[in-house]
This record gives sequence, C-alpha cells and structure tokens, in this order.
Amino acid sequence: MSATTTRRTTGPTTSGTTMVAALNAALRDAMAADPAVHVLGEDVGSLGGVFRVTDGLSAQFGERRCLDTPLAEAGILGTAIGMAMYGLRPVVEMQFDAFAYPAFEQLVSHVAKMRNRTGGRMGLPITIRVPYGGGVGGVEHHSDSSEAYYAHTPGLHVVTPATVADAYGLLRAAIASDDPVVFLEPKRLYWSTEPDPIAEAGATGAGEVAPIGQAVVRRAGTSATLLTYGPSLPVCLDAARAAEDEGLDLAVVDLRSLVPFDDETVCAAVRATGRAVVVHEASGFGGVGAEIAARVSERCFHHLAAPVLRVTGYDIPYPPPMLEKHHLPSVDRVLDAVARLQWEA
Amino acid sequence: MTIVDDSTTPGLAEPPTGHGPRRDPAPLLPDPRPVRVLGTDAAAAFDPGLLHELHRQLVLGRRFNQQATTLTRQGRIAVYPASTGQEACQVAAAMVLSSQDWLFPTYRDTLAVVARGVRPIDALTLMRGHAHSGYDPYTHRIAPLATPLATQAAHAVGLAHAARLRAAADPASAEDLVALALVGDGATSEGDFHEALNFAGVLGAPVVFLVQNNGYAISVPLARQSAAPTLAHKAVGYGIVGRLVDGNDVLAVHRVLSEAVAHARAGRGPVLVEAITYRLEAHTNADDASRYRPAGEVDAWRARDPVTLFERHLRDVGLLDDARADAVARAAEELAAHIRAQFDAAPAPDPGSLFEHVYAQPTAQLREQAADLAARLALEADGTDGGAA
Repeated sequence: MSATTTRRTTGPTTSGTTMVAALNAALRDAMAADPAVHVLGEDVGSLGGVFRVTDGLSAQFGERRCLDTPLAEAGILGTAIGMAMYGLRPVVEMQFDAFAYPAFEQLVSHVAKMRNRTGGRMGLPITIRVPYGGGVGGVEHHSDSSEAYYAHTPGLHVVTPATVADAYGLLRAAIASDDPVVFLEPKRLYWSTEPDPIAEAGATGAGEVAPIGQAVVRRAGTSATLLTYGPSLPVCLDAARAAEDEGLDLAVVDLRSLVPFDDETVCAAVRATGRAVVVHEASGFGGVGAEIAARVSERCFHHLAAPVLRVTGYDIPYPPPMLEKHHLPSVDRVLDAVARLQWEA
Repeated sequence: MTIVDDSTTPGLAEPPTGHGPRRDPAPLLPDPRPVRVLGTDAAAAFDPGLLHELHRQLVLGRRFNQQATTLTRQGRIAVYPASTGQEACQVAAAMVLSSQDWLFPTYRDTLAVVARGVRPIDALTLMRGHAHSGYDPYTHRIAPLATPLATQAAHAVGLAHAARLRAAADPASAEDLVALALVGDGATSEGDFHEALNFAGVLGAPVVFLVQNNGYAISVPLARQSAAPTLAHKAVGYGIVGRLVDGNDVLAVHRVLSEAVAHARAGRGPVLVEAITYRLEAHTNADDASRYRPAGEVDAWRARDPVTLFERHLRDVGLLDDARADAVARAAEELAAHIRAQFDAAPAPDPGSLFEHVYAQPTAQLREQAADLAARLALEADGTDGGAA
C-alpha cells in the first residue's frame, strides 16, 4: 500500500462543503505539503475520528503519519511534545472538549512554556485540535466551552473558526505556526452545508491560509457592535437580521483568534457604533467575554454610549441536552441585550 | 467463587480476535535481587580506564553537590535538590549515553546534566533563579530540568518515537538514538508515568526509564507510595522489560543501564530500570528531613556511600593509590572554585528578557507591556541618578 495508489481525490476545499470536510482538506494538504506534519490521537486512524475530520488520512499517508494512540490524553500530548522537540509538527486531536482536561498539565506546564523556558531555543509547533461547545445534544462532558482556560495561559495561541473557509485557512495557519495553537472547532457548525454568504464575508478564499490574530467584520453596522466567535457567530448574524425589523443596524465582528487578540479591529468596530455586546457560549464569570468587555472599556470608554454587555452561557455546569437551549445564547437573548444599551439616553 | 475451566467449553478457550493473553510475562520480570557488581567476579570485566573515569566523575559529582548546597546556605542559589548519595546513578546515567542520545532529567538531576557536559553555572541557572533553563537543549541533547513529576517521561517517548519515524521516512538521516528519562520513586505514582510507559510499550520506542528510588518522596516513604513488589515490576504491566539494580554500586548501575540502552537501541523495546539508592541530604535546603526519618537510618546508608564503596573497590584491586586520590581531590576543589568564580562573574538577569520568547513573535499586547516596564525602569534609573546627584 503506497500513498500513490491510495490517494483519494479531495473535492473543492471549502465552498459548498462542510466544515468537517474543510478541516479534513486542511489536514490532508498540510500533510502533503510537509512530511514533518503528523496526526495523532484517539480513533484518528481507520475510523477517521469520531467526527470524521481525519477521514482517509491513515490510508493516504500511512499509519506512521496518522497514528491511533492509546486512550490517554496526557500521553498523547506528552508524546507530541517529544515529537515536536525532534522537529516534527504534530497535530493532536482531543476527541471532545471535556476529554482534553487530562492533558492540561502537559499543555500548561510544557507546551505553553517550552519556548520561554529554553530562551527561545526550543519552540513546540504543535496544533491541538479540540471539538468544543454545545448545541448538538451531547450528554455531559461532550459540550464544554473551555476556551478561557487556554486563553488565560501565556504561550498558547487560541483560535476558533466560525466559517467553512476559515476552518481550512486557520487550520493551515495553525499547523504552519511555530507556536503551539489550541484550535477550537465548534461542533455544531461541523455539518453546516449551506455556506452563509454573510458569514463568509471577509473570510479567506477557498484553499487559502487565514492569518492568526486577525478578527474580521462579518457585517458592517451603525447601531451597535456584536463581538463573538465560533459557534455564536450564526446566532449573532441571525440577531442582526432580526434587528433590522426594529430599525437597528448591527455590526458583527468574528474574533477568529482569541490569542493573539485583535484589539485594533475590535476597537475600531466598537468606536464606529458606540455600543457593544459580547456573545459566547461559555459561562460568563471569568470568561473570555469579561476580558473583551474590559479591553473595550479601557480603550473605547469615551466612545461608548452604554456599558459593554455580555450574553453568555449561565454560570452552571453544562446542562443536560433537553435543557441546553435555555443555556445557550439565543437570538432573543442577544436582542434583549441590544435593547438594554441605553438607547433612550 | 468457582473458577471455570474454559479449556473444555467450546468457544470459550480462545478469544476469536486475539485480544486475550498475548505474551509470556516471564522474560519481562525483574530479578527481585538487585544487580550488584562490586565485590563480585563481574567487576573484573571493567576496563581500568572506565573505572578511573567513573571514579573521577563520582568524586567531582560529590564535590559539586557539596558546593551547590553551600551556595544555597549563602543565599546564592534559591533552592537546590541535592543528589548527594545518588551520585552513582547520576554519573552512570550520563556516561552510558552516546552523543546522539537524549537525556530527560528532573530537578534532582543537575549532576547528570553536568556529567553530560553542561557548564555547572548553566546547569544551575534554574536553581539560581536567573532563568528557567540555562543551557541549549539541542547542543547537549538534554531536555530542560523537569519539575512537574514524570511529565518529561512522555517527552522522551515522543522524541525517541520521532527519531524512528524519521529513520523510516529518510534512512539517510537516521539516528540510532535512545532517550533516557530520569524519574524518582514518588513520580512512579503519577498518571504521566503510567501513560509514558504505556505509550513506550505500544510504540516500541527506544526509551530507557531510570527510577532512582531513594526511599522518599519528600517525606513520604515508599511503602505509602506503592504496594508493588518492586517499582521495576511495574514494567511488566506495559509489556516492557524491568530491571532492578543496586543504585549505590556504580559498576552495577553502569552495567545495567548500558545493557538497557543497548537493548533499546537495537530496537528491542523500552526498559524500566529501578535503582535502589538513598538521598543522604534533605529533599532540598528548605526541607527538614529529621521530621520524617531517623538519624540511624541515614547513618546506615552513609556506610553504603556510593563514592566510598567504589574507592574501597579500586584500592582493593590496586587501581587507586593516595597519589591518584589526591589528584582527583584537587580536581574536585578546582571544580568547586570554578563554580564559585562563575557565580561571582554571572551578570544579573535583564528584566527586558521577561517578554522575550513567549511566542516566536511578540503579540501587540506583549509589546505594550514590555514598553511599559521599560519606561518604568527608565524612570527608576533616572530617579536613582537624580538622588545621587
């Protein structure tokens, strides 16, 4: 069995396809472009991952390049660290958000710090893919939004695509990065097949690498600015459409990269409207939204007509699937927050 | 409880997919009697040149431990976890490796790092508190001293595995390297130890794990750490070879580790070596060992001091006389003086370095914070100058 005889034809890399297919294409293209790229994780081989993101990679590139590991996340990431020390570019799959926690010590104590503690001599170009977030009817431990833990750890880049094109472009950028990247994949956008032309506005083109650290304005607006990322982008775009009926013209910014954070794009978009709401699925207390609200307040205070508000998951353990719709930010909750932005003043 | 005899029941004797018993554990089992060489006929097999080098390294190593401990008392090292009493393990670990091999040390393995060629001042940088690591890991093929227990064992597995991946993909650049991971007895309780050994076994990676069992994890004795027959027996659960050695017998440690490295290098899989030794000093200078172990116990182990044991052997076989002992002692004093001089000459760390190497390229936020600190330091400097003027 050789790569040439088993090579599959990949379809168009992004347009008209799913986020899963775009991620798969990004992995395939990265592995084809650079023999140092290795995929490892649980069930990533013949199964192709529980979400099929690694489908066909072991057949095309061989089991050495796409390795089914024992079921042990700290071991997976620890092994990837050693591989990166030797010059490889490991792409690790954590099967679900909450299953990545056993690897947390390796991530925080080694992946994030190795470049710094070796005085720049030993960087670890590891991509850690984490399917995250709820809205897919998952039972407990399958729906966490864990981005704040990672974003709070200096040394890691933390990115999350919200569109099919960015899924491809950001994953290629993550794998090419000389820094470790926690790559958060919004599970509930995995299978969306109809690309939203507004959502794709400003996204990178099909098959292109997206820059890490740059937010993008998905929808220009004049009334207020919604700041969001990942699975909450479609919610915010729906809210913006609904707000049109009330005569409000909402801007929507897709952060794409939580670390590095694009203060410039975010602040410009907030200053343009004078009002801002941050929207994310993760619990609000100590969340990424708190950081964003603080940064915007510190930098845009004199441009603000109202306090920066947040629409987030409640401060509760992720609820059972029959109740998750009450926990997740909804169009109604976003519009309610927009209505509280002191318009009467 | 009734134990069914499967052999007579159709369909039960052999699982159809081969995930029943897969290998004979007997070849993996360690001999529960620790390997000893000193005082046996096996000692005669060692080359005199190697014996003299081991002796020199042991004496220098003991002096290194003493000097570093003294520097903590003078406040010139923040903390030093001494390996006094474990020098045989430290020296042998460094000496059995070839130049292409990698060493994955812990915070108590500074001496092994020095014995592999790192300058003492650089090996002690972490403990001096100047930087998190003072040496280039690629120059010496030594990972930074690992503080989180057993975490570096998985790195050793990954690096050794990566070397074999490269060898398979590009035979021209193949390196027959072995990774040696050092851990203590306490670290064998960590989940990362288990995961590293499991990955090593499954991948068949060329890794040797050396457990320096010094009897205590800070204050907790081994009996509260593990109920295993020996720590070396843990190897069997991962399908890898376990070996047990007297960690104060430098020739035994050297022989067992050399065989383990050769085993791994030959592609025969990883090896777990447990060396039974003793930490003669406290956990660190911040510890009070008298609270958890009796003085008599320490005295008993001083009688088995690895340096003394080896010197006695060398004198018995006529390879050490007073002149050689004096020469080595002078070299040890020169090393200690060299370390003190390097400490005197070492510059203070630069606050500006705080923002370097967090990422390959600094973020906009880090550039802002670096500028903020630089401005603050400039103001302080101006204030100092102004006060003096």
